[in-house]
Amino acid sequence: MTGFRRIESGGRVDRTLPLAFTYNGKALNGFAGDSLASALLANGQITIGRSFKYHRPRGFLSAGLEEPNGLFTLGSGAMTVPNAIGTVTELREALAARSQNAWPSPDFDVMAVNSWASPLFTAGFYYKTFMGPLQKSWMFYEPFIRRAAGLGRATEEKGNQRYDQRNTFCDILVIGSGPAGLAAGVVAAQAGARVIIAEQDFEAGGSLLCMNIGALETWRADCVARIAKCSNARLVTRATVQGLYDGKQAVMSIVDPATGNVRLEVIRFAAVINAVGAFERPLVFPNNDRPGVMLAGALRTYLNRFAIAPKQRAVIVTNNDSAYQAAFDLAEANVAVTIAEHRSSSSGELLAKAAQLGIAIFPNSGVADVLGHPAITAVRLGGRHAVTIECDALGVSGGWNPVVHLTSHGGIKPNYEPRIASFVPGGFAEGHFGAGSVLGHFGTLATIRDGVKAAQQALTYLDLNDGEEIEFPAIRADRAYGIQAAWTPVEGAESGKAFVDFQNDVTLKDVKQAHQEGYSNVEHLKRYTTLGMGTDQGKTSNVNALAIMAGLRGIDVANAGTTTFRPPFSPMTIGAIAGRSIGKHFRPTRRSPLHDWNEKNGATFIEAGPWLRAWYFAWAGSSPETAYIKEMELVRRGVGIADVSTLGKIDVQGPDAAEFLNRVYVNGFAKLPIGKARYGVMLNDDGVVLDDGTTSRISETQFYMTTTTAQAGEVMSWLEYLLQCHWRDLDVHVASLTDEWGGMAVSGKKSREALQLAFPDADVSNETLSYMGVKDVSFGGTTVRLMRLSFSGELAYEVHCPANYVQSLWEHIMRAAEPLGIKPYGLEALASLRIEKGHVAGLELDHRNTLDDLGLGKMAAKEKPYIGKELRFREAYQAPDRWSLVGLELLEPEKKLRGGSILFAASDEIKGHGRGYITSVTWSTELQKFIALGLYQGGLKHEGEEIVAAFPLKNEQARLKIVSPHFVDREGARLHA
Amino acid sequence: MKITCPHCGDRDWSEFRYGGDASKARPRHGTGDAKAWHDYYFLFDNPKGMHTEYWQHVLGCRQWFVVKRNTATNEMIGGGE
Ligand SMILES: [Zn+2]
Repeated sequence: MTGFRRIESGGRVDRTLPLAFTYNGKALNGFAGDSLASALLANGQITIGRSFKYHRPRGFLSAGLEEPNGLFTLGSGAMTVPNAIGTVTELREALAARSQNAWPSPDFDVMAVNSWASPLFTAGFYYKTFMGPLQKSWMFYEPFIRRAAGLGRATEEKGNQRYDQRNTFCDILVIGSGPAGLAAGVVAAQAGARVIIAEQDFEAGGSLLCMNIGALETWRADCVARIAKCSNARLVTRATVQGLYDGKQAVMSIVDPATGNVRLEVIRFAAVINAVGAFERPLVFPNNDRPGVMLAGALRTYLNRFAIAPKQRAVIVTNNDSAYQAAFDLAEANVAVTIAEHRSSSSGELLAKAAQLGIAIFPNSGVADVLGHPAITAVRLGGRHAVTIECDALGVSGGWNPVVHLTSHGGIKPNYEPRIASFVPGGFAEGHFGAGSVLGHFGTLATIRDGVKAAQQALTYLDLNDGEEIEFPAIRADRAYGIQAAWTPVEGAESGKAFVDFQNDVTLKDVKQAHQEGYSNVEHLKRYTTLGMGTDQGKTSNVNALAIMAGLRGIDVANAGTTTFRPPFSPMTIGAIAGRSIGKHFRPTRRSPLHDWNEKNGATFIEAGPWLRAWYFAWAGSSPETAYIKEMELVRRGVGIADVSTLGKIDVQGPDAAEFLNRVYVNGFAKLPIGKARYGVMLNDDGVVLDDGTTSRISETQFYMTTTTAQAGEVMSWLEYLLQCHWRDLDVHVASLTDEWGGMAVSGKKSREALQLAFPDADVSNETLSYMGVKDVSFGGTTVRLMRLSFSGELAYEVHCPANYVQSLWEHIMRAAEPLGIKPYGLEALASLRIEKGHVAGLELDHRNTLDDLGLGKMAAKEKPYIGKELRFREAYQAPDRWSLVGLELLEPEKKLRGGSILFAASDEIKGHGRGYITSVTWSTELQKFIALGLYQGGLKHEGEEIVAAFPLKNEQARLKIVSPHFVDREGARLHA
Repeated sequence: MKITCPHCGDRDWSEFRYGGDASKARPRHGTGDAKAWHDYYFLFDNPKGMHTEYWQHVLGCRQWFVVKRNTATNEMIGGGE
């Protein structure tokens, strides 16, 4: 006889607007104003899913976002939305909903066999089975668990949903639009404050929507109208405040009713009023999860808001006064109601009204068992009255838990309040106020008074005009609220599963077991049993669980503590958090001033950090593997040109510029002559290598520093830190030129000829522009800086100039040097040439190595102080077996070397982290074999030894020889040519 | 959350970078032994409450400055240089 019926009239649904939707492919109808849950109940769908572990049939427990059971998958294909909460999903035309975690259907579920295998899933199952010595058991259980577990499945298709984000600002943010929130909103709005009132439901009103009182509906509508009239106020429905953050910031998610898409708003407020209300909590008794068992307040909501009543009979079980109102409303809708009352009595007024409505009350009684399969057919009471009562529905009320989540986000722990047998916010941060049932005030008039008061306090706090009083609804005075905590089943209860956490299938027995095994702290309880770890985050289970645990430990609930509340308050799609920061908008793309030229001239690009860099050019080949080799040959035999604009470039100026650089670099810069460049390395304070680069002296007081591409920002900040925070006596300014200037490398035997052709009036001879020489020349009205630097080991120059001129300068050199066969080369060849030369770069500088590790120890000045000097000589940094730079040659020509390979000594077992790894690898055109740079334990002390490179991902191994990292031109004859 | 830059005023936290403990005196350049630098570089208090620290308005005017921040609430005082 289980079932619900739609009442012919009443409720807030619009019977003139029918909506067609599908559920598991079946065509059903509901009305505008329905939630998916109410529409399913009206269509007789009581069992709407199977539970997570045991695959027990489940129905809706609640009518709000605390719902643990009623999760659905909406839509299909790329537009699939898993784990939508049915109780807060607004019904819309053509909505397609599917049940989850049930195959083939909620009514007949093959996996219900899990119920028989349930010993597998008791508390601690995962810990004991998979954390212990028998890790192999994972292999055995995995397929079984993977099939059984899991809620909805996310689609793997790329959707075209658009998730927008925006920033908003207000004076007062009111969270919740129940009686307290509406009152606060009206007062604040009419006082002229900029107000946002956020309501997670699709209608404003909160608890008022589930009552059936004319005067309250009039008051509600009047408040909404008053707020709508104020242009300074905005009442947003379908808007959940997901988190409160430090610095008066909130994040709110808003659902678009037409599409289900979610938009995020980051709200900066000056004051906030928490009027977030309270959730009813269930009682724990055997088989309390049978479909048809609901929170008493939910029964009342389905009745008054959605015009859905149990077919004939309902039982209410309670330990507090609030559930009587549900009983009264049901009785007035011609449902036969019986109340099982945990307490010995309740107030005379309630008893009188119950008697008047023909409601039987069994005091000192609770539920011993729930009968029926899959859904409820009867309730057997325990305690004083062991009677069995047939029914269509059982309404449960264990009391009300104020929503302490948002105040807790700021680190304020909730306090236990015995008067309501639950937790209230432990306080409010500055500018934060509370109103209504979140404070444990449960009467409608009391909450309205709270709302007015909170708004006035907030206005005073903001020095805005005092809010005026508002009219109160003409309703009878609030009843007193009485409750007597009831955490465990009554005497005489059956031994069946009594659920504490419905979504994660955690039972009373699991909590007891956790206690027995010593996991009695609430945080341990949570992790050991998974209680509260579902998508509902334990909104209906946490307080019961910690109170049960307190009972087992023999301590006060107040001393049991709560687990930590974290945003988001309610589940939301990850797409909303990512917003538009996806794909190429994930981070900004940086392009060099030569990007357009590169693109038009056959470059294939590669991402290097945020930069898009020319990887290789079409003239050299169609794949990087072949193209870079041709490009390397071009540089080694003729002349090539490469874009190096991404290098960090810093202008260092001031009378103390030389002294400044002399402190920052390990090697000397004080005596660097004007017109000369010097390679320099800088350390962090701890003696670890920070960056390297070349710095040129332009004048007595001006230097031009370059840094690696990757560390440009870091080095700039570091120099500013030193100058602004510590060395304020130095008269130096630094300015980043990374975007303002660009540059190119002109490299190869014929590079001097190329420059001579490009700048026929300049003297670029070896005598005037020797190795590491620097010279500014004029080109088209701007300064062009010629620096004889080489990253490749060949005769080479870097040519830098202001970014706007870079492309015309590049084209000019290309044209002038055309007779020499100049062609562009890309990043792959650039990097490979430097590997052959043994220059370290970003891949070697892993922020763990010292100068000595990189073979650069000799560079450091002996006498002068420099940053990092004191700590670089620490004992551990002097250890003989540190991972240090080596060159590597492949000994097996038929094989290939891979970057990231793990290095082992020839006699080692190939296992674990090895003795080092390959940082950079390339085909050497000079040596006609694969070569690499790497870090190896003990470094070049092992020169000449044969070792092994393992690449476990591809199950490859190759024999290598340790050699000097300088593979070509060790004497530097080419550099100085 | 907003941070007060002494040059630009209140700006969103995302424009700033954290720069570490500012309560300790850095040994003067070229002075101090390994122990002094070790203590300066590696040893920190981790207070719950007010903490003096460096921040840089890195996506703004690039000013470095010192503030006192309550590590429990992120309340900030100062914004002096
Ligand atoms: Zn600033």
